[in-house]
Amino acid sequence: MSKLHTEEFVVNMGPHHPSTHGVCRLMLTMDGERVVKIEPVIGYLHRAIEKMCENRTYVQCIPLMDRFEYVTSMSADMVFSLATEHLAEVEVPERAQYLRVIMLELNRIASHLIFYGVTAMDIGALTPFLYGLREREKIIDLFEMTCGNRLTYNYIRPGGVSKDIPPEFVPQCREVIKLIRSKLIDYEGLLNENPIWLARNKGVGVMPPELGISYGVSGPVLRASGVEYDIRRDDPYCIYDRFDFDVAVRHNGDCYDRYLVRLDEIKQSCRIIEQALDGLPEGEFKVKKINPFTFKPPAGETYARIENSRGEMGCYLVSDGTNKPFRVKLRGGSFNQLQALPYFGTGGLIADVVAIFASIDVILPEVDR
Amino acid sequence: MQTQYGTLELARVFQWLHDLLVSTGIPEPWLTVVIYGLLGAMMFGVLAVLALFLVWWERKIAGHIQQRFGPMRHGWHGWYQTIMDAIKLLQKEDILVETRDKPVFFWAPVIAFVAAFLAYIVIPFGKGLVVADLNVGILYIIAVTTFTVISLLMAGWGSNNKYALLGGMRSAAQVVSYEVPMVVSILTVIVFVGSLSMVDIVKAQSGIFVLDWNIVHPLGLIAFVTYITAATAEANRTPFDLPEAEQELVAGYNVEYSGMKFAMFFLAEFVNMFTVSAIATTLFLGGWNGPFLPSWVWFLLKTLAVVLLLMLFRWTFPRLRVDQLMEFAWKFLVPVTFANLILAGIAKYLGLYW
Repeated sequence: MSKLHTEEFVVNMGPHHPSTHGVCRLMLTMDGERVVKIEPVIGYLHRAIEKMCENRTYVQCIPLMDRFEYVTSMSADMVFSLATEHLAEVEVPERAQYLRVIMLELNRIASHLIFYGVTAMDIGALTPFLYGLREREKIIDLFEMTCGNRLTYNYIRPGGVSKDIPPEFVPQCREVIKLIRSKLIDYEGLLNENPIWLARNKGVGVMPPELGISYGVSGPVLRASGVEYDIRRDDPYCIYDRFDFDVAVRHNGDCYDRYLVRLDEIKQSCRIIEQALDGLPEGEFKVKKINPFTFKPPAGETYARIENSRGEMGCYLVSDGTNKPFRVKLRGGSFNQLQALPYFGTGGLIADVVAIFASIDVILPEVDR
Repeated sequence: MQTQYGTLELARVFQWLHDLLVSTGIPEPWLTVVIYGLLGAMMFGVLAVLALFLVWWERKIAGHIQQRFGPMRHGWHGWYQTIMDAIKLLQKEDILVETRDKPVFFWAPVIAFVAAFLAYIVIPFGKGLVVADLNVGILYIIAVTTFTVISLLMAGWGSNNKYALLGGMRSAAQVVSYEVPMVVSILTVIVFVGSLSMVDIVKAQSGIFVLDWNIVHPLGLIAFVTYITAATAEANRTPFDLPEAEQELVAGYNVEYSGMKFAMFFLAEFVNMFTVSAIATTLFLGGWNGPFLPSWVWFLLKTLAVVLLLMLFRWTFPRLRVDQLMEFAWKFLVPVTFANLILAGIAKYLGLYW
């Protein structure tokens, strides 16, 4: 019998597909169910945020940053504010620093909760999605109570934060932390030992650390491959050097480890928030001297970077001494992770691609900007 | 009461109808055709209502597992939500792909719909409530439920869509693979009872309540578990819902279907789920046997309990990958069911079946 003639074919996964988390398009070259080649096609969500920043004053840029990374928009606000403060050499009040840390870590938890739900949904378990969002809702309530917004916060601004927290924030925040700690046990019980979950995630999409480093992958995805690198600890910004926390690391680099690293990070974030709530000082929450319209940092350039829930988030800022930035370049962790995907995502079945894509937790506004 | 329509509870009604029609002067062969047509219409009506109910019920269960309410707007707890949905789907434009394989695309939902209902001819809904007590009843069911795979394959091929094709291919591989452990699990019961007739199988379990059911026997319990596992795959439900894996294949084989054609697939899926549950009830849970309540109430209660089990599976488990699915069928389920069948034969020979 002669060998059956087979042919590879291309499947267009996206831009409209339930599991590409937005408008990413993956061109999959398939041999039956097996994926031979992945080709990410990006740019469907390009809004020229960097260019738009050049026509706005520094404070007006912050709402655009919210759209740059809408799942953790606190981080995006933070990185731009940090770069601006570097340029202008503004000293941020102590209370504002603590509030920033609390908000950033709360937002990191919210982002990882979304990851938990969405990944479970991509593997086919529909219920954890609702559980993840249920706890995220409590965090969002805290944000709403503070700044009035639930998604695009516009909260962290050059020179501090936009509003002080209401008095009931601190007790409610402690309750939320307690709730999340107790619910984490449920989450782990639901999936960690589930044989189907293990079969779908263990050993799938192994990313060697060298590959990750050479493609600039950072954050939980790199830490799951055994690289102990966290900007919060290795290049502390804000006041992260005052807190006691561990960097979550796993060593296999597969989907399951990437999932576990994020769950570990939720626990560490809870620790940081508790310490920050304990040490929260009284005082000013922003510096008075920054006027949204006339604020002019001196000419120069700077690069600020922070640890976002999706890896290193950076902002390269050039000022020419006017009240508008001369050039803004943003770096999102998702971009690098998506570029590395074709090199460790192939060889599996189409279901593996979905699992891997979910595990690197890409969001598209950060890729396309 | 022995009439030409069998020993049915409904036989009296049909005898009355028969007499009525005789008085109108319809000749004999047509008379039977008319009466069985009426019977078919009645079955269809009952099952369509059941399917609508199951859709609503699944949404409510999903809602409550996920800490929300599910449908709440239409009537008490949204009880006529699915009826409104069905009306909406009827009104929808039937979007057709230009490049489809026209006859295959058209007939696929029809076959799915018809195949879903065929099995009910031999399922005993209650004492004497069976359309036809075939002496090869269970064999007939195994034969007709496999029709579903043809429709899924046709839908996948006819849509001329890569996702649909992958879904159709998956369903063919899956249903054919899981057919084997399912049939062998059923064989265990047949070995015990010694009959292929559904009615005889139920009668064999009619002794003391619960204790005479096949599921109480240890080998029967193993057969029940393997049957439910295989049946979940047969009915294309999570964790084996690969043909329509939303996150991978968008909607799988029915991605190009819309309007009423989609609704036919959708209803067929729920009827299939009820079918496999009804078979499980008949074979393992004593069918319509039970004290106090009418027999059909017992049958419905038991079947809905099995349906509930399948629904809980769906909203709890992640989905298997296609290669793991095949490995599970051939490397685990098939050996287990065959070993169970051999043990059942030995047990029957030694008189260890009660």
